[in-house]
Amino acid sequence: MTARREGAVAGRGPAKRRMSRTGRKKNLWLDTMVLPGAIWLLLIRYLPMFGIVLAFKNYKAQRPNTFWNNILKSQWVGLDNFQFLKSPDTAVMIRNTLGYNLLWILLGLVISVTFAIMMSELSSRFFAKAYQTMMFFPYFLSWVVASYFVLAFLDPTSGMIPALQKAAGGPASNFYHETTWWPLILTVCNLWKNVGYSSVLYLAAITGIDTSLYEAAAVDGATKWQQVRHVTLPNIRTMIVILLIMNVGKIFNADFGLFYNVPQNSGSLYPVTQVVDTYVYRAYANTHNIGMSSAAGFLQSAVGLVCIVAANAVVRRIDPESSLF
Amino acid sequence: MSTLARKKIRPSTGSLNRFDPETQAAFHLTLGLFALLCIIPFVFVIIISFTSEESIREIGYSFRPLSWSVQAYEYTFQLGDQLWRSYLNSFLITIIGTALSVLMCFLYAYPLFRKDYGHRQFFNFLSFFTMIFGGGLVPTFVICKSVLGLSDNYAALIVPMLFSPFHVIVMRTFFQTSVPMELIEAARIDGSGEYGTLFRIVFPIVTPGIATIALLVALGYWNEWFLSLLYINKNMDIIPLQYLLMRMQRNADFLAKNSAMLGADAAKAAAQLPSQTLKMALVVFIVVPIACAYPFFQRYVVAGLTVGSVKG
Repeated sequence: MTARREGAVAGRGPAKRRMSRTGRKKNLWLDTMVLPGAIWLLLIRYLPMFGIVLAFKNYKAQRPNTFWNNILKSQWVGLDNFQFLKSPDTAVMIRNTLGYNLLWILLGLVISVTFAIMMSELSSRFFAKAYQTMMFFPYFLSWVVASYFVLAFLDPTSGMIPALQKAAGGPASNFYHETTWWPLILTVCNLWKNVGYSSVLYLAAITGIDTSLYEAAAVDGATKWQQVRHVTLPNIRTMIVILLIMNVGKIFNADFGLFYNVPQNSGSLYPVTQVVDTYVYRAYANTHNIGMSSAAGFLQSAVGLVCIVAANAVVRRIDPESSLF
Repeated sequence: MSTLARKKIRPSTGSLNRFDPETQAAFHLTLGLFALLCIIPFVFVIIISFTSEESIREIGYSFRPLSWSVQAYEYTFQLGDQLWRSYLNSFLITIIGTALSVLMCFLYAYPLFRKDYGHRQFFNFLSFFTMIFGGGLVPTFVICKSVLGLSDNYAALIVPMLFSPFHVIVMRTFFQTSVPMELIEAARIDGSGEYGTLFRIVFPIVTPGIATIALLVALGYWNEWFLSLLYINKNMDIIPLQYLLMRMQRNADFLAKNSAMLGADAAKAAAQLPSQTLKMALVVFIVVPIACAYPFFQRYVVAGLTVGSVKG
């Protein structure tokens, strides 16, 4: 549309000049609008990208002790900072990150879609709305708050479950030191927080389906189950596939708050709670090893980029409208 | 199978538009149970915050405590200083951060929606690229701290979250769906400047979009604790309530130590503190503003997230 109109204007000589001058002035005004955001992006997002060199350097304070000078004068060490890849901790953390993410993507998908379909089929609008409101609630809480919710149930001295165990005469579990239950606890926490949110998303998609499709199916004698199977599911299939692929694209990113706060940063739980994000943070916070933690972070960013580009390429083949780029 | 059989008995389309009562009941049971599970932990924490210390010593946390008490809430008033300052900080950071952030997002998204803007693609990419690649946690942290001076100040708790490419996409979609280009051209012909058009003509049309972004951003700031974890080392006067709660879990008498009112008797005071119920009372303080406002803003958030669901 716009291109055609501008082309038409360009056909006339004097009009073209006038247009381009006002065009430049207009660009300038619009430039001032993007300026604050652009400055923020350059300082907070692009400047740190140069910090990636930290992953290949042995960062040490130099004289004069300014940040850029330290970076410039620190010794190049090649891939030394990537030595951590050989440690057994790394394998565990990668297993945890991928394992939890895969499990949760699948579980989340099945449960959310099921709940969304159920909500769309309730004859009572009031209850549908009430369930939706309650289920969406945890999404608005922080993991710090959620960690206290978990603590209320698991706290070794007064938590409900250990207290019940004691009341029953048995020994109380010390949840924050036993790894056994944590895969389950983390899974429950993740579903608790996110299922409501994604159900609402799918519900929005289901509500958008043309009702005449259901009427036509009913006229043809399809039962409600058949309608769900042959009308609802095919209509949200694209959305399901796209969200699924996009989530797979983010498979190397874990929810830091969940893995850090909910297990109370307990060291004895690391074998089942350590993920890439917490690993990078702890490498820096505990040992101040800038080189190694930058290297781990860089690997995460790089692999993440590859995954998301691959995911996007797949999505573009399925539905170009939904692709990110 | 049973539904198929029933269909043959009652083949009217009326029954085909609805699940039979038994199935509906099963749906209600499943959804209702999960919905309850979603809010029960909060109810439990409210109950604990009103439980007396004796009851906790006796039977632990319980949905039916032996005796009730408002002691925890009384202590929040006595403990003044750190607690209320953190609460105030939470509000302050949320309000200032949201105002600035929404303005920046609004200003950035508008030119990206204008198809006649010459640098549209460049700035679109500038913002978008950061969604798929970044410098990583540590380089970002080191640069923000050493180069930009984001350390132990309010700026450190506000600036790193000021701008979000995701929100820009959501905002831009709102522009695309609700502002006709003809309107902007008409305004230009009438002699309106770019900023005049934006604030007098476009702004009133996209207020639902702005509300959505404002709520998402405000929630982000209200729930923020990670920035404090990274950037605040010494200056505990400026931490928000979320981080105070987090610190208290690691360090039981943190609140007592950091309360100027108790002074030298900190250790003694910490021993007397109903620390468990007090913490739960603080959780209630954090959640109550959200729980109260939530039913009203839910609609906007759903709108925003649905718009950005796939792109996010």
